[in-house]
Amino acid sequence: MSKVSEKVNGPIDNLRARLAGVDLRQNAIFIALLALIALFAITSPGHTSITPDNWSNLVVQNGYILVLAIGMVMVIIAGHIDLSVGSVACFIGAAAGILAVRPLEQHGWAWLPKIPWYVALLGAILIGALVGMWQGFWIAYVGIPAFIVTLAGMLLFRGLALVLLQSTNIGPYPDSFRLIGNGFVDKANELGGVLGVKNYNAAALVITAVSVVALLLQSFTTRRGRIRYKQTVEPRTWFFVKNIILATMIAYVGFQLSQANGIPWTLVLLVVLVIIYTTVMKKTTFGRHIYAIGGNLHAAVLSGINVRRVNFWLFVNMGALAALSGVLVVARLNYAVPKAGDGFELEAISSVFIGGASVQGGVGTVTGSMVGGMIQGILGNGMNLNSIGTEYQMTTKGLVLLLAVAFDVWSKKRTK
Amino acid sequence: MTENILEMKNITMTFPGVKALSDVTLNVERGEIHAICGENGAGKSTLMKVLSGVYPHGTYEGDVVFENQSVAFHNLRDSERLGIVIIHQELALSPHLSIAENIFLNNEIKKNGLVNWNKTNQEAQILMAKVGLSEDPNTPVKNIGVGKQQLVEIAKALSKRVKLLILDEPTAALNDADSEHLLDLLRQFKSQGLTSIIISHKLNEIAAIADKTTIIRDGQVIETLDMKKDSVDQERIIKGMVGREMNNRYPSREPNIGEEIFRVEDWTVHHPDDKARVVVDHASLNVRAGEIVGLAGIMGAGRTEFARSVFGRSWGIDISGKVFLKGKELQLKTVSDAIKAGIAYSTEDRKRFGLNLIDDIKRNISLASLDQFTKRGLVNANEEYKVASEYRTSMNIKAPSPNSIVGKLSGGNQQKVVLSQWINVNPDILILDEPTRGIDVGAKYEIYTIIQELAAQGKAVLVISSELSELLGICDRVYAIAEGVITGEVERKDFSPELLMKYMTMTKEATHV
Repeated sequence: MSKVSEKVNGPIDNLRARLAGVDLRQNAIFIALLALIALFAITSPGHTSITPDNWSNLVVQNGYILVLAIGMVMVIIAGHIDLSVGSVACFIGAAAGILAVRPLEQHGWAWLPKIPWYVALLGAILIGALVGMWQGFWIAYVGIPAFIVTLAGMLLFRGLALVLLQSTNIGPYPDSFRLIGNGFVDKANELGGVLGVKNYNAAALVITAVSVVALLLQSFTTRRGRIRYKQTVEPRTWFFVKNIILATMIAYVGFQLSQANGIPWTLVLLVVLVIIYTTVMKKTTFGRHIYAIGGNLHAAVLSGINVRRVNFWLFVNMGALAALSGVLVVARLNYAVPKAGDGFELEAISSVFIGGASVQGGVGTVTGSMVGGMIQGILGNGMNLNSIGTEYQMTTKGLVLLLAVAFDVWSKKRTK
Repeated sequence: MTENILEMKNITMTFPGVKALSDVTLNVERGEIHAICGENGAGKSTLMKVLSGVYPHGTYEGDVVFENQSVAFHNLRDSERLGIVIIHQELALSPHLSIAENIFLNNEIKKNGLVNWNKTNQEAQILMAKVGLSEDPNTPVKNIGVGKQQLVEIAKALSKRVKLLILDEPTAALNDADSEHLLDLLRQFKSQGLTSIIISHKLNEIAAIADKTTIIRDGQVIETLDMKKDSVDQERIIKGMVGREMNNRYPSREPNIGEEIFRVEDWTVHHPDDKARVVVDHASLNVRAGEIVGLAGIMGAGRTEFARSVFGRSWGIDISGKVFLKGKELQLKTVSDAIKAGIAYSTEDRKRFGLNLIDDIKRNISLASLDQFTKRGLVNANEEYKVASEYRTSMNIKAPSPNSIVGKLSGGNQQKVVLSQWINVNPDILILDEPTRGIDVGAKYEIYTIIQELAAQGKAVLVISSELSELLGICDRVYAIAEGVITGEVERKDFSPELLMKYMTMTKEATHV
């Protein structure tokens, strides 16, 4: 008797038991992203949301917000905020113009030294780091709250951007400079020519395959390491399901991109940044100190952490990433304009909070913020394709931010 | 036969998976001081939350009868309306508001919808006089000490026409003088007919003040002792709390003392907000290897300030004096310098200054010694886990795993995490500031054992405490500090509470003569 009934209840109980160790909060947001993709795949006219070109657009359109979100999540984990990143991005775009474009123009700018595009690019990022040092100085060493310093910076750098722009636009930018925001890996498909693959961008396929293998290897080695140290790990079923979904996602997007122009350089840049910063946050003392400061500042001080130094470098880093974001914008638009970067700070901050960071600090992840940013990007993109007006787009995005954080609060209460 | 003001009958409270209270019956007579004792997690706070309506009627089984009326509170306001007021261990005062504003918070004296400030201040002054406060009622609460803040809370309770006053660990954060004042106040209220329930870990206070003591263990009432009839002493209460005779509250000690490890000379510290104020005044002391030295002083005597200023100047300004470790003079400018030199300091306030409560055990333990776990710039989380597991076993930290969040642990277990953190930096001297504050008797014993083991390993240990009996129980030597001055040094053979208390209460004039 009992055996029979066990068998009847078996699969469900089994599944429930297997999912017991799954972190709902971390995974819910990822599932929400998949649901959103599915929703727009169905609703967009002619299923345009999942065409190769649209995938390509999505990446380059959102790259600059995602770059900002990486720096922002670190700032927010430490318990600060940065309102100036949009203005800094605009300022750096203009500065990059002075470095890379002005010397090429004939009238009146001939005196500027002609420098290679990559020196201009690195110079722009260096200026961003200097901006970060300026703000970091006031925050870390003078002790003014980041909210105030960066609110001032929001005005200050927008103003300086206008000074640099002298009420005109700067552009067009040299083609090599624009590659980072507008270019693709082996767009001409030369590799495809060699390998005899004509209809697909061969470089994209190779990169995708390598990424999938790398992801799986990384997951398995991490899990093995944890098991070797007798730590509890995610249930095996869930581990496999999760990694298969992830790998399929990557393979799918990569395959789609290979049918368009190939992999955008912006995407390459983003993936590299995400890997670097995830490592920084999870595995370096700098990252651990950031979490400690956000979790309990006093305890961090009494544990010997040099809080000022950490805060200072956090903002230097944010400045450099804001600069990179500014470079991506001008590279894509081809012109530095006074309105560039308007509202970026809010989008980056929303991404971070949708991605599970806490307003009190101490909580958040780089990957979570990336998913948060993508949810916002796909929402905007999908609604555009469905010809939904800006008014409803803003309304929806506002509600999504609110509901995402509400879900967070609710699930935290539940676990208490 | 006096009547009962409160009868809690057969209260059972179940949380998912745990029976927090099981068939608890508590009778409190009008006009008595009734103490409730029990180890942490025994169910004292839960019982008081049922009584005050924090857990509303319907979430528990059983009856609450107050003044012969069966009551069903839905929230705190309901219980306050009938005159049941609870004062929590963590004071619920708004620091920037004045004493008067705090007393009448959410109970403002109004005229035509506007607050009548003259009347408010006048009434406040009357209430303040009753609790022995002579401050200006306009003084912001943050400017008065914890002891006086506690009195403001009581004045606030009086303003609500309190009939039954519940105090949860009222003296945990108070020094002996302030505690004494508070207890006197309770006796005085009792003579005026007020009934009090007091929850406390300080058994000497209970023995001194309570008429009856109810002991709770594992959610059940073990017994109610009549303090006058049964001539109950502390050992008797402890026996009831822990369910066994604890003949020895301190592990036995066979010291093996070696060379001098740590010496501070002529240490002077000024207050960061007020340069003129000398908080530590030419203090000198030393600790030898394998020795446990106490630093006794009432709160505000400069104990914590001394320790934190030595610990990489993490408190105070205009610091002068010399610190020696193993005979070598140290220049400590930051906490990091101090840790590297071999000094560890565990704070008196683990929640505010000691732990990242939202993070897990392993990362809290490794925080001050991350370099140990770092290779080529990367922290090895698996090694952290391994080390934390070892501490979990050796320190008997009760938690499901090293990945458990520290904020969810009990006070005693949190304290063990703090100690693990500092033991793991492998210091030569550990300065432990109030290592057993707010934790139960059983956990205290474990902490004492850990301290002894550290000394046995040859480490120098300096224990700061306001509990004299604790210092006398575990230390080899005790310094007394009063108003920033080291007023005395007593060897174990000469230990007596009276002598130390004399040193601890010396005034500056007396010491400088």
